[in-house]
Amino acid sequence: MWEQIRSNRLRSVVLVIVLGALLLLLGWFLGKAFVDDGIAGLVIALVVYGFLNLIAYFQGDSILLSIAGARKIKPEDHPRLYNVVEEMKIAAGLGKMPDVYIIDDPAMNAFATGRDINHASVAITSGLLQKLNRDELQGVIGHEISHIKNRDVLLMAMCSVLLGTIVLLAWYASRMMIFGGMGTRSRRSSSRDSGNGAAIIMVLAIVLMILAPLFAQLIYYAISRRREYLADASSALYTRYPEGLASALEKLAQSATPVKAANQATAPMYIVNPFRGKGLNVNNLTSTHPPIQERIRILRAMAGGASFAVYDQAYRQVKNRQSGVISAATATAVGAVGLRPASAEGAVEEPPAEKIARTREVNDLMYRMNDYRTIDCECGTRLKVPSSMQGSAVRCPRCGRTHQT
Amino acid sequence: MVALWVVLGVLIVILLFLSGGYNGLVNARNTVKNAWAQIDVQLKRRHDLIPNLVETVKGYKNFERETLEAVTKARTAAQQASGAGVGERSKVEGELTAALSRLMVVVERYPELKANQNFLALQEELTSTENKISFSRQAYNDVALQYNNKTQQFPSNIVASMFNFKKEQEFLQATEGEAERKAPKVSF
Repeated sequence: MWEQIRSNRLRSVVLVIVLGALLLLLGWFLGKAFVDDGIAGLVIALVVYGFLNLIAYFQGDSILLSIAGARKIKPEDHPRLYNVVEEMKIAAGLGKMPDVYIIDDPAMNAFATGRDINHASVAITSGLLQKLNRDELQGVIGHEISHIKNRDVLLMAMCSVLLGTIVLLAWYASRMMIFGGMGTRSRRSSSRDSGNGAAIIMVLAIVLMILAPLFAQLIYYAISRRREYLADASSALYTRYPEGLASALEKLAQSATPVKAANQATAPMYIVNPFRGKGLNVNNLTSTHPPIQERIRILRAMAGGASFAVYDQAYRQVKNRQSGVISAATATAVGAVGLRPASAEGAVEEPPAEKIARTREVNDLMYRMNDYRTIDCECGTRLKVPSSMQGSAVRCPRCGRTHQT
Repeated sequence: MVALWVVLGVLIVILLFLSGGYNGLVNARNTVKNAWAQIDVQLKRRHDLIPNLVETVKGYKNFERETLEAVTKARTAAQQASGAGVGERSKVEGELTAALSRLMVVVERYPELKANQNFLALQEELTSTENKISFSRQAYNDVALQYNNKTQQFPSNIVASMFNFKKEQEFLQATEGEAERKAPKVSF
């Protein structure tokens, strides 16, 4: 298990180093521009970063939980939730049971926090808890537990502190430039002999001040998105049942209630983006999470197994890409893994089969009368294509395979 | 002089390699042991749950005696086998799982039982314990695989054979899956 974490962390670490370099660069140039001393700027940047980091390390989880309004539960308060967390803890091989929190909020979401395995917590909104059956809950908790197991929580906390420091420094520097511009100018006039160089540094400082927070944010989002795919893959591996998480994500996608107590910095902690609105599924650079529909399609395209290798293959198939999301070393670290059938409870919620069949029959008839063509997909979905459609290919909304029309 | 330093350097490298390899192996072995203990905890938990379950179900009129007796018998057998080897134990525990799943099928015929809060709580505990058993078996197999890789792959296999580490940890088969398939279908 350790080998996979290490190889996966490598790419994230590179991004974190870039983020750190950005902070140092900003600190140096701001120092040079304002007090004519790059080292002083560096020291200020590092001190601010160190201070915020200490707070985040020791108090981060309790701050986050209290902002979210989470309350800790005992096993007897909600036996099922507690049991499912314990099941996933065992499946992931965690040494210690994480604390379990419920957030009284009708919005549907969940997150994990804590600096290491011994100080970890899992929180879930009561809205989500009510809507999920046991298999789906297991999928969601598996996703959160794998954030703990893969040390994503610590990584994301450190990253968000880096991001926060960069934003903070840039913000104060811009205020100083607007309101305190006079002071720096008179100060700099004393060293006029290097006037030209100072002007260049000033321009660079301003450019960095504007661009650094934007870049930092983009890097932060890129790290976050990658961790989400890995957590989905781990959840499938732990539960041996990708459909559980897929159908939970489907339910999450249908609700558009934003989480009340979330902000930009805490967004990557949640299982789905807490700010999303209906239909907002664009995979752009500024989203903390991959689009839900895509995550569902990847999970559903996992044919014949629950291992990382199978997830990686499904990812490539859905995204039409050569390179996967999980490194080769990780994918082969765990051998072939079979799937398990749905639990009894998962099946109970389906309406009777003959009722579904009858509804489908009527629907098909209606479509045929309107000149729709039907295509049967390998995953069992029947696509209906209107005769007015212009394109030559259509993608299955369930599994992502493309069909020629 | 130079030769002395080279010899010293080589010695230190060898020592580092040995201690690193040895600690890694001990770590892997302890993880396997711990994973095995986890399975044990869950199996005991299941044994403890069964008397309560039987007590609750027994109160209902005309509840099938044979099913209950089969569960009690399988539990006693499983408890007695708790000191036995892996093969014997997984066979007995598999039988207990089969008996329990048969009981759960029979329960479907008693709507008033399914409305009983006490029973529902027990059912949740039992479902979860069954899940925990299979998840801990899953986790055990994962760490056993890692241990086996460590003892057989180069270069850690050298250290393993030097300090007599067992070459292979056995994997646990999903015997319960087979037992469930063998459980009789109940017609209503």
